[in-house]
Amino acid sequence: MLAIDETAAARAMIQISRVAKTYRTTDGEIPSLRPIDLSIADGEFVVVVGPSGCGKTTLLRMIAGLMPPSEGEIRVGDRIVTSPHSDVGIVFQSALLLPWRTVLANVMMPVEVKGLPREIYQPRAEALLKMAGLGGFETKHPWQLSGGMQQRVAICRALVHDPKILLMDEPFGALDAMTRERMNAELQRIQRETKKTALLITHSIPEAVFLADRIVVLSERPGAIAAIYTVDLPRPRQLDVLGMPEFVRLTTTIRAHFNAQLD
Amino acid sequence: MQRLQKMIQAPWLRPLIFLVILIALWDFAIRIFHIPPYQVPAPIDVVITLWQEWPKLMSEAVPTTVATVYGFLLSAVFGIPIAMLIAGSRTIESYVYPLLVFSQSIPKIAIAPLFVVWFGFGMTPKVLSAFLLGFFPVVVSAVQGFKSVEPDLLDLARAMEASRLQIFRMVSLPYAMPAIFSGLKVSITLAVVGAVVGEFVGSNSGIGYVLQRSIGNFELPTMFAALVILALIGVILFWILDLIERLVIPWHASQRQDVIVAA
Ligand SMILES: Nc1ncnc2c1ncn2[C@@H]1O[C@H](COP(=O)(O)OP(=O)(O)O)[C@@H](O)[C@H]1O
Ligand SMILES: [Mg+2]
Repeated sequence: MLAIDETAAARAMIQISRVAKTYRTTDGEIPSLRPIDLSIADGEFVVVVGPSGCGKTTLLRMIAGLMPPSEGEIRVGDRIVTSPHSDVGIVFQSALLLPWRTVLANVMMPVEVKGLPREIYQPRAEALLKMAGLGGFETKHPWQLSGGMQQRVAICRALVHDPKILLMDEPFGALDAMTRERMNAELQRIQRETKKTALLITHSIPEAVFLADRIVVLSERPGAIAAIYTVDLPRPRQLDVLGMPEFVRLTTTIRAHFNAQLD
Repeated sequence: MQRLQKMIQAPWLRPLIFLVILIALWDFAIRIFHIPPYQVPAPIDVVITLWQEWPKLMSEAVPTTVATVYGFLLSAVFGIPIAMLIAGSRTIESYVYPLLVFSQSIPKIAIAPLFVVWFGFGMTPKVLSAFLLGFFPVVVSAVQGFKSVEPDLLDLARAMEASRLQIFRMVSLPYAMPAIFSGLKVSITLAVVGAVVGEFVGSNSGIGYVLQRSIGNFELPTMFAALVILALIGVILFWILDLIERLVIPWHASQRQDVIVAA
């Protein structure tokens, strides 16, 4: 039993142990996340769903090292996270591209910040853009791109320094339904091709089931893990999985969680 | 006919057309209401004075322009870093900003004579007076610019392990640029006023001096001609600043149309 646990821990890319967060503000303490245990394997695609305000963003920011947990510890690889680190790339809800930079220069920003060699990483940036279907847009400026394209640029920027982990906080929340479905298929392909460990936060249950190897359902604030579901749909998944019985069963089960919480 | 229509649609021509209409109304009003020339001169008299006194007016315009530009540059050189400090530190803001705002309720024109007492006749009091008027709008706009940087954007840069200096150089400063420029534009027009006030109270050169003397001698056409020159100084300096803005922040929304047309 112990031995199995250890090997699981050894293979874990992200190990979250008894992590809790309470914000201390002038209005007093706001408990935002109850102690959470979660282990994410290398190459795994984990999706977190939960009602708004339950601490999803908080969890993601702690994994990125943007703020410390109040309790517990987070390990990425074999390091304990205490500050921002190079193992993650982040995508937020809005693309957050810098309008004064071209598409390529935006993607290259982490390379510049970290002082990595340009001659190695620029071809990588260009290859990423091509893979994301943005070949030929390198010299365009962000405002000349559609919302979906901007978000794909943001994903390339998150991947350019070759981090092991891709963290995404509701990255497609601002897109229309059609674009969103296309982006989901695109993201699945990018994640498979780059073999990254991925942690995605979303409000959309179909999006979660479509993308995830495992779905973590959080409860109301302060969030705790209410359930974890393994998605056994074969990959690569096409958009037609949306009609499969297994897909429908999972979305119904997960939705029931939220309805139950509302009662 | 079509060509004429096209010409009228040229954007630079429109204010000129409006100006001609205003001047015609001015002339018209003088004739209708029999306004005596010692109260309001006829436009043609002003034009004749401008024509005859042009070399003299130009040579008086030089010190005024120089004082304006120096005062404006001082405003920028001091205003922007102070805004950086105010926006960067809550402590500095709480000490400095309220006093700065309070100082604005002191009529600056009342201080100008003090500069003459301290620095005598000549350039210094004019420059200081221009600085005094031009300084505040730069600070206010720049503070607002630095503070309006999206928090997520700062988090994104921090997640890339960017240093404070890198964040400032790559994100905050460019982000604040449009606001800084709108402050600079207000500043330069106020710096003209400041320079003239400086010339009112303590100078024997410059357009302000011409204004004061011509009022004293009831030379109204000269006074109006001086006003025209003053307006020209303001417009030209503003226009130069606008040009610099286009070069520095071609990516900004207010400039974009031209970029796309040019591209
Ligand atoms: N900087 C902060 N200071 C105080 N409270 C915060 C802060 N950030 C988030 N919270 C609170 O913590 C809770 C969880 O926030 P968040 O992680 O953003 O939720 P989610 O992303 O799941 O919608 C919310 O109730 C929110 O009000
Ligand atoms: Mg959130």
